[in-house]
Amino acid sequence: MPKSRPKYLDLFRIRLPLPGLISILHRITGAGLFLLIPLVLYLLQSSLQTPQAFASFKDMLGHPLIKLLLIGIAWAYLHHLCAGIRHLALDLHYGTELAAARASSWAVLAVSVASTLVFGALIW
Amino acid sequence: MVKREVIGAHYGLRDWLAQRITAVVMGVYTLMMLGVLASTPRLDYWSWKTLWELPVMRYATMLFLLSLLLHAWIGVRNIFMDYIKDPGLRLTLYVLVIGALVGYLIWSVQILWGL
Repeated sequence: MPKSRPKYLDLFRIRLPLPGLISILHRITGAGLFLLIPLVLYLLQSSLQTPQAFASFKDMLGHPLIKLLLIGIAWAYLHHLCAGIRHLALDLHYGTELAAARASSWAVLAVSVASTLVFGALIW
Repeated sequence: MVKREVIGAHYGLRDWLAQRITAVVMGVYTLMMLGVLASTPRLDYWSWKTLWELPVMRYATMLFLLSLLLHAWIGVRNIFMDYIKDPGLRLTLYVLVIGALVGYLIWSVQILWGL
């Protein structure tokens, strides 16, 4: 059977398998975390400068929108961390079979979402 | 004779390894920080400031930030390699990202050692 050529990868027509979803989320969260570096440095610097700045950040934490934003950032960090740990395991040839790779992808989603929820509960 | 074209700068393996070593460093630091925050029940300005005056905190954070900046460079560069087709634009973006990361490095030292 001749396969239809040319091949193409139309992102809107291919169904992304779960490990692929984990992979692209790893990339998107990585890019997002890169963009957040100056914000984190700014917050660290200001919080150490004056008690007033520290107090104003603590007040800001009381705002629900800021909390939601923080939970979003925590998810990005935790997803990137969990997907990264999965990546290291794959590098060591653990879980490279299809079933194991799918299972570990579910585990990455579940653990990162669950730990984000724990974080959210702690700061709420 | 086989005509071979030599391409690439052969930094693939080095960067691959660096990406993983920096990842492990940041993972360990994350666990350490969770422990530190968990053992600080009431966080006010003075306990926060005292915490960051500890040399171990400064050096561990500096190591974390160095890892982060190298990790970010390799990651962002890979993203640009995949999606930015125009060499001129890609090079411009590389320069901007390197500039930003070097700036963050200097800024980090200023924050941690209060220069």
